[in-house]
Amino acid sequence: MAELRAAEAVETLGRRTVQGVEELGYHGALLGESLYWILWGWRIGQPVRMNHIVKEMVSVGLNALPIIAVLSLTVGAMLAIQGIHTLQTFGAQGKVVLGIALSVTREFAPLIVAILVAGRSGSAFAARIGTMVISQEIDALRVIGINPVRYLVAPALLAMIVMLPAVTFFSDLLGLLGGGLYSAPLLGIGLDVFWQRTLEALSVEDVLQGLAKSGVFSVLITLIGVANGFSVRGGAEGVGRSTTRAVVISIAAILIADMLFTYFMNR
Amino acid sequence: MEQTPAIEVQDLRVRYGGRDILKGVSLSVRAGEILVIMGGSGSGKSTFLRQLLGLEKPFAGAISLLGRDITRLAGRQMYALRRSMGVAFQGGALFNSMSVLENVMLPLREHTRLDEQTMRIMARMKLEVVNLAGFEDLTPAQLSGGMIKRAAVARAIVMDPKLLFFDEPSAGLDPVVSAELDELILTLRAAMRMTIVVVTHELESAFKIADRLTFLDRGDILMTGTVDEVRACPNPRVQSLLNRTPEHGEVDADAYLRRLTGR
Repeated sequence: MAELRAAEAVETLGRRTVQGVEELGYHGALLGESLYWILWGWRIGQPVRMNHIVKEMVSVGLNALPIIAVLSLTVGAMLAIQGIHTLQTFGAQGKVVLGIALSVTREFAPLIVAILVAGRSGSAFAARIGTMVISQEIDALRVIGINPVRYLVAPALLAMIVMLPAVTFFSDLLGLLGGGLYSAPLLGIGLDVFWQRTLEALSVEDVLQGLAKSGVFSVLITLIGVANGFSVRGGAEGVGRSTTRAVVISIAAILIADMLFTYFMNR
Repeated sequence: MEQTPAIEVQDLRVRYGGRDILKGVSLSVRAGEILVIMGGSGSGKSTFLRQLLGLEKPFAGAISLLGRDITRLAGRQMYALRRSMGVAFQGGALFNSMSVLENVMLPLREHTRLDEQTMRIMARMKLEVVNLAGFEDLTPAQLSGGMIKRAAVARAIVMDPKLLFFDEPSAGLDPVVSAELDELILTLRAAMRMTIVVVTHELESAFKIADRLTFLDRGDILMTGTVDEVRACPNPRVQSLLNRTPEHGEVDADAYLRRLTGR
């Protein structure tokens, strides 16, 4: 009996592993196909349409700006509070500017933006495509002769690759502002001096590293969102399940990728 | 002279996870004919339609649409063939993010380089055909079930296809609206000389529109014939579908026990 159960456990493990590898392959295939349509589509008369890209850019980027602004200001201020509190122990409050500058641009802005966009747009990709699978709209696209990857995935991917770093830059500025608003009065300096010190503390590379990260995140969020959308089965409940799954896996992937990226960039 | 058939299916086999869904189906549809594919749930008729539409690849067999084997066509050729096919899906499958007019125009946008105004006019003409003039600016969510199906027909015929497919046209409609849709199917064939394949389980509508009927049961074709031939067919499975009598197959005691015990 125990042997049987052990064999079952091994079988389950094996099946899960195969599923995982399959899913990874599916994401890779989606990425490859999207790039094919982006680069070659117009040559064979089936272009990725500009108006679709612009529409996606507005929904993933522009519409997210207000909430990103609020969160970035909050995180900036939070870093200042914690920074001053900790550095006071060493009597080194003045160093808080450096701390805020580096952590906002290298870590917090890309992460906050990616997690927020995963929740807003990654889930929206999964829900939209999942609903289209259920209502046979994907089949309808295919019988009209419209490749669903070209029509739905490629514009989203392009829009995300452009907008996520742009929004991250916006978040950099507001995060620094949030930090400055809290810490400048405590340090007895003006915002202009805070800004000047921030610029001295930062190198171009710090900012670029954050933006490059958000480029990686944009690909992860899009692929995980659409892949979960396409694999929806079983009606409205299935759409809900895939949407949740897309967000959870996106955030996990973002954090793991962030760690790996940071490790390799700073060796 | 014998015309080449518009649709020719040879020994089509479809298998999912070791189970045979279609067990070698052969069928031929003449140009300009209305063929109705009938069968109960689980008969394989939906799977058969997905194969005819080129949405899935078969395990074995060949499907020729307008003389071209779609199981072997390259992407570009299939793309070209799509221009001559129209499909009205069961739930309409209209794109919810677009207006009715945009939905109908989509195949034109994809396959032609006509200017915007021309495309609008062509789409409106098809909406006139399906009796939906004046509703073009509504979104699918604002339409009734019957209107959604008619809008889907307008989208299916906007490229003037040679082949037209209907999936369960009367499902979920009241008898009057359903009869109107049957009329529309007959009108389309008369006006545009299309070859039409209808998948349904509604007997009344099937008898009204069909030139020939095909009965699909458990992955096999029971028979294909005209309405009169079908009525006269002695096959008990066909008759039980016609007379809506529940089927009582032979009970195999051993198999029954095996199923219960799961061995």
